[in-house]
Amino acid sequence: MKKGYFGDFGGCFVPELLMPPLQEVEHAMSDIMPSSGFQQELGDLLRDYAGRPTPVTFCPTLSKELGFNLWLKREDLLHTGAHKINNALGQGLLAKYMGKKRLIAETGAGQHGVATAAAAARLGLECTIYMGAEDVDRQLSNVRRMRLLGADVHPVQSGSRTLKDAINETLRVWISNQATTHYCFGTAAGPHPFPTLVREFQRVIGREARAQMMEATGRLPDVVVACVGGGSNAIGMFHEFIKEVDVRLVGVEAAGTGEPGCFNSAPLNLGTPGVLHGNYTMLLQTKDGQIEPSHSISAGLDYPGVGPEHAWLQKSGRVHYGLVKDANALAAFTRLCRTEGILPALESSHALAWVLGHVAEIGSGKTVLVNLSGRGDKDMDIIRKALDGEGE
Amino acid sequence: MHFLEKKIREAKAAGRKALVPFLTAGYPDIATFWPTMMELDENGADVIEIGVPFSDPVADGPVVEDASRLALSEGVCLSDIVKELKSRRGLIKAGIVLMGYYNPFLQYGIDNLARDAAEAGVNGFIVPDLPFEESGPMREALAANDIALIPLVGPNTSVERMGLYAEQGQGYVYVVSVMGVTGERKDLAAHVAETLNRAKSVFSLPIALGFGLREPSQLAELPTDSLPDAVVFGSALLKHLAEGKSAADFMGRWR
Repeated sequence: MKKGYFGDFGGCFVPELLMPPLQEVEHAMSDIMPSSGFQQELGDLLRDYAGRPTPVTFCPTLSKELGFNLWLKREDLLHTGAHKINNALGQGLLAKYMGKKRLIAETGAGQHGVATAAAAARLGLECTIYMGAEDVDRQLSNVRRMRLLGADVHPVQSGSRTLKDAINETLRVWISNQATTHYCFGTAAGPHPFPTLVREFQRVIGREARAQMMEATGRLPDVVVACVGGGSNAIGMFHEFIKEVDVRLVGVEAAGTGEPGCFNSAPLNLGTPGVLHGNYTMLLQTKDGQIEPSHSISAGLDYPGVGPEHAWLQKSGRVHYGLVKDANALAAFTRLCRTEGILPALESSHALAWVLGHVAEIGSGKTVLVNLSGRGDKDMDIIRKALDGEGE
Repeated sequence: MHFLEKKIREAKAAGRKALVPFLTAGYPDIATFWPTMMELDENGADVIEIGVPFSDPVADGPVVEDASRLALSEGVCLSDIVKELKSRRGLIKAGIVLMGYYNPFLQYGIDNLARDAAEAGVNGFIVPDLPFEESGPMREALAANDIALIPLVGPNTSVERMGLYAEQGQGYVYVVSVMGVTGERKDLAAHVAETLNRAKSVFSLPIALGFGLREPSQLAELPTDSLPDAVVFGSALLKHLAEGKSAADFMGRWR
């Protein structure tokens, strides 16, 4: 397979000026990452600072209602509230070993921005976060958290002023600042080597979950489900199970409102292949190759592309990618809150909603593991508005 | 010798720098784009780079990005650019290069594009997000139609990497003056001469300098033996046109 490719997908479609820093990251992956010093320090950070390992939690009430055993991998319990910290600490530490002084990162909803700001503060690195101006307005509390953590938050005014434009801007800034700065890419997408780098830092999710499920139930789960925006929590969870052909893997994309032709965040189901942000993958685009706006009630899934490894796992048939509408994600959110006392992120609620919508297909007596990638505290405003709207 | 190389060598033989204006398709607006192209051609352009708009222009600064977004909002698309060029190509003396991001080219179909572009009289392509490693399919399709894929190199491109491009490159080499995106800058950084010298040591093709050029006096800062064979100006020209001034007036400064 060609370097940086997953089947047909992936690659490194960037300006020549970004090739040297990307190659520098690639070299750091082979020279620094495997070293015992790096692994030891990252392991300590993940345990003592981020709160790993996260538990798997059995859901007694929901399991009874559904007729199968539902387990959650609790990434929502991590410091800063989601799986994003696994990657931010990994890349932050790598940047430090590479001699970089500053982290830059894009953020959409702000979760990756908060995680990167926290990692930078902990590691003694400077930090600048690029965030679409629309998102800055929509996610003010996360902007405040980033600033409290010492990051400089830079609103991006270009293009559609959302996540994809924040990525464009961060790539531009990286061109000019590559000597001192590492781009801490937030998801398992972008140019090679980011899809592999981010996956490697998120694989801890699946490694832990597999061992925990074996210990708790004595066997592997029948179905493993995770939400997919860019796809970093899903690839981190799936990778450990890809070779286990008896384990069904399901990624869940955001269908938006579900009205015909509505904006969505489901390039695997509703998009076509093309090149954006440095990789060949599935995209929401016009027939002329212009990138279309995406939408989801969950800001963390709101992206017109997807990691290239997911595009390949779909094409190869190993992973099934389902669709969940805004309203169903919201219903799953409410149900988990009331039945199990867990307040999930709207992103993770999509994964749960797929399970709730496929009860018969899954079948009674099975064991289902859902990656609960983050907690929902950040979504309170959106949820309040959406639930108020329902009540009217 | 490729047509684009010949155009630049001819300018050099006449004792001047080749002039390579960049104009986003459909800019300043749909009605005045082709008249502006003709004006550039009549006023000394040796090669004209037509910008193909893209929604996510990651190598461009705000001026080119805004022009690109404006063009998209007016419905400018690659197939129309190629069609319209085909009907006018006979009237334009300058070499024609399409500059744009990979995805619109990919969606058009690389082989179809190479064929249609050749029929329309396109001489070269510049694709800022297509580094050497990914450029094979596009370069081969273009080469089969005698169209050059112009290499882009910059201050951080090593002799080794320049060598990769030199083996395959045609037309001219686009040397990016700064570690950054397109857009005019007050001063050419000190390392520009070093970058130009490195490119000259590796490439036998003519050297075009771009990104950040605003006025001819900037070149006076460079040592004589580092001077490029051609100069590319984009943002400064777009800004000039946006102020309602003429292309002829802008070209006059550089001739």
